[in-house]
Amino acid sequence: MAATQVTPPVTTRDRTTGAASIIDVAPAAGRSKNRQRLRAQLTAWAFIAPVVIYLAIFYAYPLYRNLDLSFREYTLRSFIDGSAPFVWFQNYVDVIGSSTFVPALVNTAVFTGVSIAFQFSIGLALAVFFFRRFPLAATLRALFLVPWLLPLLVSASVWAWMLNSESGIINSFLSAVGIDQINWLTSPQWAMVSVLLANIWIGIPFNLVILYSGLQSIPGDVYEAASLDGATGWQTFWRITFPLLRPVSAITILLGLVYTLKVFDIIWIMTKGGPVDASTTLAIWSYRLGFGGQSPELSPAAAVGNLLIVLAFVFGFIYIRLQRRMARS
Amino acid sequence: MTRRRLTPVYTVLGIVITAIMLFPLYWMINVSLTQPTDLRRDPPNLFPINPTFDGYTKVISEQLPYLGTSLIVGLGTVALTLALSAPAAFALAKLRPVGGTAVNFVLLIAQMIPGIIMAMGFYLIFNNWGILNTIPGLILADSTLAVPFGVLIFTAFMAGIPDELMSAAKIDGASAFRTFRSVILPVSRNSVVTVSLFTFLWGWSDFIFASTVNRGGDLQPITIGIYRYIGNNTQDWNAIMATAVVASIPAAVLLVVAQRYVAAGVTAGAVKD
Repeated sequence: MAATQVTPPVTTRDRTTGAASIIDVAPAAGRSKNRQRLRAQLTAWAFIAPVVIYLAIFYAYPLYRNLDLSFREYTLRSFIDGSAPFVWFQNYVDVIGSSTFVPALVNTAVFTGVSIAFQFSIGLALAVFFFRRFPLAATLRALFLVPWLLPLLVSASVWAWMLNSESGIINSFLSAVGIDQINWLTSPQWAMVSVLLANIWIGIPFNLVILYSGLQSIPGDVYEAASLDGATGWQTFWRITFPLLRPVSAITILLGLVYTLKVFDIIWIMTKGGPVDASTTLAIWSYRLGFGGQSPELSPAAAVGNLLIVLAFVFGFIYIRLQRRMARS
Repeated sequence: MTRRRLTPVYTVLGIVITAIMLFPLYWMINVSLTQPTDLRRDPPNLFPINPTFDGYTKVISEQLPYLGTSLIVGLGTVALTLALSAPAAFALAKLRPVGGTAVNFVLLIAQMIPGIIMAMGFYLIFNNWGILNTIPGLILADSTLAVPFGVLIFTAFMAGIPDELMSAAKIDGASAFRTFRSVILPVSRNSVVTVSLFTFLWGWSDFIFASTVNRGGDLQPITIGIYRYIGNNTQDWNAIMATAVVASIPAAVLLVVAQRYVAAGVTAGAVKD
C-alpha cells in the first residue's frame, strides 16, 4: 500500500522550470532560481542521508559480506587471524551435492505452498464472513489479530505444548474421538504438518486484514445490481467478489510468499527442522549450519542463505511490478 | 427480512470461530495456571480448577533480567527507528528529492531479505567492530526489522498532510528543520505512535538476531529466556507458559492502543489545533 505513495512530482518540477524560463528572461534571476532549487535539494537530502547511509551499512554491507563469505572457506581460525581462502563456487557445489539439499528445497516449496493456500482461502472466507454486518463483527475481527501480534516464539511454544505426544491437548481431543496418539513433532511424517498448522494459524490474520480491506474497496452498487438480478450468495462470490478481488489477492499471495520463505522461528522452536530433515527448510538449514551446532560452518550457511535470497527476490520483484501496475491503473 | 433474522446466527457463528482461533491463547493461560503435578494428566484439565500462581512467581524470580533486557532493546529500537525514518519520510513525502523513487524502491527490497542472511552478515561485521554480544549491537540489528516499514508508513502519512500547512510555516520564515519539528511531527503523532508500537513489538519479539549476534551476551531478551527454559527443563511447562503470557503483554497493549491510533485521521489533529 505504501508503494502507491512513490513520489511522482518530476513532471511538475519540469513544468515550473519551463514557466520560470519564460517569465525570468534575465540570466541572473535564472541563476538564483537554480541556486534555490539546489539548496532545496540539499535540504531534502540532508533529511534522507542518514537512512541512505544506514541502508548501505546495515543492508548492502551485510549482503556483501554474506556473498563474500559464501565464496570463501571461513573457519574458526578465520575469526582469529581473519584469513579465509577464496574457494570460488566450492560451497555452492557442496551445498547442492549435500543430502539435505533436495529435502530442504522440497520442504521449502511444500511449507510455502501449503501455508499460503490455507492462509489465503481461510483468510478470504473469514473476510467475506466478517464483511456481513452483524453485532460484534468489528470486535471479533480485532480479536483475530492477536495471533499475528504475539511474539513468534510464544506462539511456537504454545503449539509445541499443544502438540506434545503424551500430554498435548490435541492428542487428548483425538483420543476422545477414538484416534490413536500421533507423534506430531517427533515423527517424520507429521513434523511438517505440525509446523504448517502453527504457521497457517499465525498467517490467517494478515490475510484476513488485507482481503477485508480489498472487499471494502468493491463498490456496493455492484452487489445491489447482482441482488436485483437475483444472484445467490454463492454466485455473487464467484462472479463478482472473487474476480474483483483478484489484484488484492495477487498482492496478498506474493507478500505471503516473501514472508513465508523467511519463516524461521516457528520451525526452529517446534522441531528444529527434524526429525532428521523432515521439516528442514532452506532458512532452517542455513541457520543450523551457521549457528545450530558446536562448530559454525558459516560459509556453507551463507551459500544456502544466498540461494534463499534469490528465491525471495524473484517473488519480491513480481510483487513490486504488480503493485506498480495497480498504482498506475 | 431473511437477512435480519439471520444476524444473531452470524454473531453466534462468529463467536464460535473466534473462540476456535483464540483457543491456543486460552490454552497458554490455562497451562500457566495448572499445577505442575496436573500437567501430565490425561485428559488434561480444560479449566484451571485448582489454579497455581507458582509459574508467575518463577517468572518474577527468574525472568526479570530477561524482561528488562527486552524492554531496553525494544525502546532502543524504537528510538533509533524513529530518528532515522521520520526525517527521511518527511523529505520523501514533502521535499521532492531527486532519487526519492529509488530510495523507496530500495526500502521495499530491503524488507524482503530473510533474517537469517542479515544475521550472518551482522555476525561477521559486529565481530569486526567488537559489538558482538552487546545490547547496542542487538538494537542495531533489530532496527533493520523496522526502519523500512517506518519510512514507508511515515511517507504515506505525511503525504496526506496539506501543503498549505507547510507554506504557512515557510511564510513565517521557518527553516525546513523547524517545519519538520514544529509542524509535521506534531501533526503526524498518530503515525509516530503506530510506528513506535510496531517497532517495539518487533524488537521485543526478535529471536533470530538475539540468538545470533547476541548469542554469547550476558544480557539476553525474554525470547531467549523462554528458549532456554524449553531447552533446560521441558518438565516445567507451567512456568514456560507463564513466561509466554508475560511476554505477550505488549502485544495485548498494542492491540488495545493501536486500534485507536491507526484509525485516527492524518489531518484531524491539524484542524483541531
